[in-house]
Amino acid sequence: MEREAPAEPSTGARDTGGVPVYRDEAVVLRTHKLGEADRIVTMLSRQHGKIRAVARGVRRTSSKFGARLEPFMVVDVQLYEGRSLDVVTQAESLASYGAAIASDYAAYTAANVIVETADKLTEGERSLQHYLLLLGALRSLSRGEHGPGLTLDSYLLRALSIAGWAPTFSDCAVTGAPGPHTAFVVQLGGVVADPVAPPGSPRLAPAVLQLLGALLEGDWAVADAADDRTRSQASGVVAAYAQWHLERGLRSLQHVDRTAGPSAAAGA
Amino acid sequence: MYEGIVQELIDELGRLPGIGPKSAQRIAFHIVQTQNFDVQRLGKLLLEVREKVRFCADCGNVADQERCNICRDPRRNRSLICVVEEAKDVVAIERTREFRGLYHVLGGAISPIDGVGPEDLRIRELLQRLADGSVEEVIIATDPNLEGEATATYLSRLLRTMEMRVSRLASGLPVGGDLEYADEVTLGRAFEGRRLVEH
Repeated sequence: MEREAPAEPSTGARDTGGVPVYRDEAVVLRTHKLGEADRIVTMLSRQHGKIRAVARGVRRTSSKFGARLEPFMVVDVQLYEGRSLDVVTQAESLASYGAAIASDYAAYTAANVIVETADKLTEGERSLQHYLLLLGALRSLSRGEHGPGLTLDSYLLRALSIAGWAPTFSDCAVTGAPGPHTAFVVQLGGVVADPVAPPGSPRLAPAVLQLLGALLEGDWAVADAADDRTRSQASGVVAAYAQWHLERGLRSLQHVDRTAGPSAAAGA
Repeated sequence: MYEGIVQELIDELGRLPGIGPKSAQRIAFHIVQTQNFDVQRLGKLLLEVREKVRFCADCGNVADQERCNICRDPRRNRSLICVVEEAKDVVAIERTREFRGLYHVLGGAISPIDGVGPEDLRIRELLQRLADGSVEEVIIATDPNLEGEATATYLSRLLRTMEMRVSRLASGLPVGGDLEYADEVTLGRAFEGRRLVEH
């Protein structure tokens, strides 16, 4: 269920008798219960970056927009600025990825890691690249275009790259010497040439490096063709890389279901 | 700030869920000022509830004995198990008087972003209850939100291998509401779950 977003959502606060109101397009990342029937909704918006807002009464079955403010929903949302948190006044759904994702457990666990990463990487600042990448990843998961694990790993590598932590899988991360190199050191930012590789550095097989490069560049023909063993090894590398750079770590990563679901079968 | 023990009472009451500083202050002054308020009875009940109330060894519902009233009731249909997230969901379903089977309380829903995985819920205990083959149908009544749906997906995938009838509570329009006010997600679910009208 998708419909076109408004061409140019209103960006600035409008004069509504002293209460600044604004409107934007946003992806719901997560929700927290608040009081009897309210929720705090964390969203990544196209123009205002990350927004934390209160949605009043949305846990009641009579709520008009409770279903639209579930995680993985894309909404055209109107808010007014509060003292600590903004308040959602209206929400219209633009795309609903939640139902399709929740019906595939592997996709659900992957999507949780994706939104947790988006939440951590977009602290305060606005980034259209992050927004579009998140949107694309959730859409791909909901349609089952590729295995959920591949979509997740590709998202993590690309999101970290946008944040300034792009890994290298060909040239040496330290000297820039052209590859191929096999020693992979998370702390140094990717593969490193043998002369600068710390003793005992893990070595990656060429197929794993090829898959990692494909996931980073979005070369899905190569990524989809990778076998389970290669995917598993690549996932381990991506997880280690993400956990190292995000410092506080990703809580949801340990719950990722790597068993092949229906979408994995479709993508393979 | 109030003096000594009154402020301590306000602080303690304010730690309860749903009680803000103003409510805590109002309750504290009600206790202090209302002469016919039975403080001893409240205190005794609070102590007793912590001492006596436990979770049913079978279903995980709140109980004051080893097994809850529902699990002990011989009139209950033991071939039906309704799986819910919390003990308060049992009360909500019991109010309908439509269900006469047993319950199983999971203790939450799968939410990886909050660090809650399948192993943190009472899923192993559910499988143990189903092992003897006496249960014919499992009704999954987790919340109709994203976490509840994902938990239902996980459970149905798990139970599919046990050749058991697995059903999910229907979602749709609230009774007494107007169709035009329904949001598109709920209305879409109502269409998905439509049923034939019997003649």
